[in-house]
Amino acid sequence: MTFTKQSPWQKTLSYAALIILTIVVLGPFLIGLWTSFLPTMDIAKGNFFSTALSFNNYISAFTKTPILRYLGNSLLISTVTMFAQLFFCSMAAYAFVFLKFKFRNLLFGLFLVTMMLPFEAEIIPNFQTVKSLGLLNGYGVMIIPFLTSAFGVFMLRQSFKQMPAELKEAADIEGLNHFQFYGKIVLPYNRISLLTLAAYSFLGSWNEYLWPMLTTFSNNFRPIQNGLRQLQSEETFNDWGMIQASAAIVVIPTLIVLFVGQHYFKSGMNEGAVK
Amino acid sequence: MLKNVAEPEPESLDVTPTTPKAKSRTKVFALNAKDKYYALLFLGPSVLLLALFVFYPMIKTLYISLFLTSGLGKTTVFAGLGNYVRLLTSADYLNSLGVTLIYVFAVTILTIALGLLLAHLASETLPGIGIFRTLFSATMGVSVSVAAIFWLFIFNPSTGFLSLLSNWLHLPVINWLTQPNTAMVAVVITTVWMNLGFTFLILLGAIQSVPTSLYEAASVAGAKPGYQFFHITIPMISPTLFFVSIITLIGSFKSFGLIDLITKGGPTNATNMLVYRIYKDAFYSGNFAQASAESIILTVIIALFTLLQFKILERRVNY
Amino acid sequence: MSIVLENVSKRFDNDPETLTDISAEIQTGEFFVIVGPSGSGKSTLLRMIAGLGSISGGEIKINGRVVNDLAPKDRKLSMVFQSYALYPFLNVWNNVAFGLNARKIAKVDIKDRVAKALDMVGLTEFKDRKPRELSGGQRQRVALARAVADDSNICLMDEPLSNLDAQLRIKMRQEIYNLQRKLGLTLIYVTHDQVEAMTMADHIMVLNDRQVQQIGTPSEIYQEPANEFVAQFFGTPQINLLPAVKTAGSQTSLDITADFALNLNQTIPATEVKVGIRPNDLTIADSSELNANAVVDNIEYLGDETIVYATLNSGTAVRVLVDGQANFRSYQPVQIGASGKVMLFDSKGQRLHLTKEAMSYA
Repeated sequence: MTFTKQSPWQKTLSYAALIILTIVVLGPFLIGLWTSFLPTMDIAKGNFFSTALSFNNYISAFTKTPILRYLGNSLLISTVTMFAQLFFCSMAAYAFVFLKFKFRNLLFGLFLVTMMLPFEAEIIPNFQTVKSLGLLNGYGVMIIPFLTSAFGVFMLRQSFKQMPAELKEAADIEGLNHFQFYGKIVLPYNRISLLTLAAYSFLGSWNEYLWPMLTTFSNNFRPIQNGLRQLQSEETFNDWGMIQASAAIVVIPTLIVLFVGQHYFKSGMNEGAVK
Repeated sequence: MLKNVAEPEPESLDVTPTTPKAKSRTKVFALNAKDKYYALLFLGPSVLLLALFVFYPMIKTLYISLFLTSGLGKTTVFAGLGNYVRLLTSADYLNSLGVTLIYVFAVTILTIALGLLLAHLASETLPGIGIFRTLFSATMGVSVSVAAIFWLFIFNPSTGFLSLLSNWLHLPVINWLTQPNTAMVAVVITTVWMNLGFTFLILLGAIQSVPTSLYEAASVAGAKPGYQFFHITIPMISPTLFFVSIITLIGSFKSFGLIDLITKGGPTNATNMLVYRIYKDAFYSGNFAQASAESIILTVIIALFTLLQFKILERRVNY
Repeated sequence: MSIVLENVSKRFDNDPETLTDISAEIQTGEFFVIVGPSGSGKSTLLRMIAGLGSISGGEIKINGRVVNDLAPKDRKLSMVFQSYALYPFLNVWNNVAFGLNARKIAKVDIKDRVAKALDMVGLTEFKDRKPRELSGGQRQRVALARAVADDSNICLMDEPLSNLDAQLRIKMRQEIYNLQRKLGLTLIYVTHDQVEAMTMADHIMVLNDRQVQQIGTPSEIYQEPANEFVAQFFGTPQINLLPAVKTAGSQTSLDITADFALNLNQTIPATEVKVGIRPNDLTIADSSELNANAVVDNIEYLGDETIVYATLNSGTAVRVLVDGQANFRSYQPVQIGASGKVMLFDSKGQRLHLTKEAMSYA
């Protein structure tokens, strides 16, 4: 933001730049969406401006591929992961802020170290672990390693620490035990941070790619990211119309959630700021 | 959310009742003693999970990396730093390291530059600007596989959008994904596009939190818009700029999905990045020792940048 | 360097920041204060003069030149903001030099001017500090130095002292006044504090409800307020405004209550008026229950004088300022009277124009 009194000419220039950039940013969406309505034959022939638009690609995506199953799998995995992280991370953060015990700082230091270790560098032993636990090819394998997150604990701890100390004192005077204080005061008070962690963990799980690819081999459990890859490598190879339609089926709900959620999230942020 | 990371800890809230508050010293003591059990209950699950899925595998990886392994992943002969020496002297691995660095820096620079441009334009107060803000953040809703499909179609040599465009403009059709240099360009473009929404939102937030009065003071004092951008906006958001740069950098080092979906490391290893290589060496070639050593090298790189990020975040609060 | 406002207006649909027909002439080298309660439009007006807010009607002229469409940077003025608007990433020296650097002034000149400005506000030894390492008063001085270093002779200040504590505010008030006099600045100063306005201004513009109520010197504003609002806005304790009717059968006498009459030195031009009497122009005396026209509510002892709060028999509250330590107590019946200057306002709150100054006598 710069402070200027904009002349009509400058305004036109700003809008022109904004519109050009919008086209660049949205281009891949628009091309994908457009081709999802075209017959594959037209796409193959380079007949990009064909007028034979139809929902046929969508119908075949829904009927001929397990895309709905993939979406359902992802939704289930991400939702469970999200709630698990909210629960375990907030419990752990509570302990770091409101409980006093031996080795607290040392333990927290270990959590910090954990944040530096990339999951990608640990796939080999982790694969062996889940294999020996008999978890391969199921929902559990995509959820259990992500039930908690050091980042989530860290983030919530920061948030909990910023609560006014009087809240804890008042709770002590009223005789609330730790479970009551945690459930009745700490969680509601930090709902903005919890919401942020929820979004973060849901998206993280939704976008997970490498781990499910290593551990899941059947369409019954395969999440959407790997499902789309599967579609491309299977018999649908080169059926661009249908592939674009499946991409659209995946991206449209997320965009809607994002656009609606952004508005909600912004007002949430404002509320948090005013509070 | 990310704003919260690593702020200095205002030690205001160690509210465990250690203050000798009148009356019952015994009760305070009792509470403290009980805290131990509460801590076990509250913290136990997270500690167990992290131990099992983060600490143990890290130590195991380090351990394996010091041995040679059989095809089944069993350690055979102690090799010391042999695996590392072999890796760091192998042209193949150095190539991977090289292309990863090129990729990481290209992605980071382009993501920040474009994100800044979008955020700067979208921070103007114009009618309808909210629509542009929403649209610019759209790629946040795109996952790897969807991004890969969109861009695979664009780069497709026979039916893709770019070749159509080249035909219309009577330009030679480029086979993007089969030549080393253009394949790298394609992967970089796709990654930058995916990163753009998030980077844009973070930078827009930073720009919007610069007090308007700073710009007003500057414009009364005679500073033109360009001068204001470089002498107010950039210095004011520089902590956030550093922060998103490092986040992007770390994220790019860990890139796997797009590589697997778009180039599979090819052509001729031109996009064979570190994580993709670990995956290949471990799960295709069964060379677990080498893949473990590669994992450790990756961990060191990422840990260094994470430390740097913590340092920057500490500084950012003070300023 | 005079600034002329001619019927300046701001009127947009759905925009609460409207202003109507503001006219004024600000002379070169004068200390001009715009004062009013919050929401009166005073900051809006200042921002319009600076070029930070647009104008929908009228003209603003600086030295005879219409500047309505001129960008802020081309108006050649300096401004001190309520928040100071210091750049947190620059040290004191560079904060002061910011505008000069932006205008690409020769380095030697910049060095010279910044050094002088810092010296003038007594911050030379702090030149390498960042704003966060300064106290509130020092930050305020950096903002002043920035205005001083600028060569423009017009300076705008938007509530510059409102973030300081009471003690510091008095000190900085004097410093700003001295600077203005020393540099011969044409200073337009916005505040909500009537004391600041009275103590510093050559001329005061009183704004309320987004309209000019009165423009005048501090003494004109205090002695001859144009309406009830101005009369009430200036002076502590606040002026007493007492509804009154002309006494039946008299042209020069007013009844405030049945047992509180005022005799004036002239014919009263309306039958129903409001009488404005400053608290120090009321008299108060102990009285028997039978003769009393008021009862004391409470007393505020200020040291060298005392405010007595009382309620007239009609139910109207009054404030009386008494020298020294007055010997009154709550519930005490008293006799309240007036001798000295009074002001008459009509039913719309406008001052009634009289042929000579209204005086009451016992």
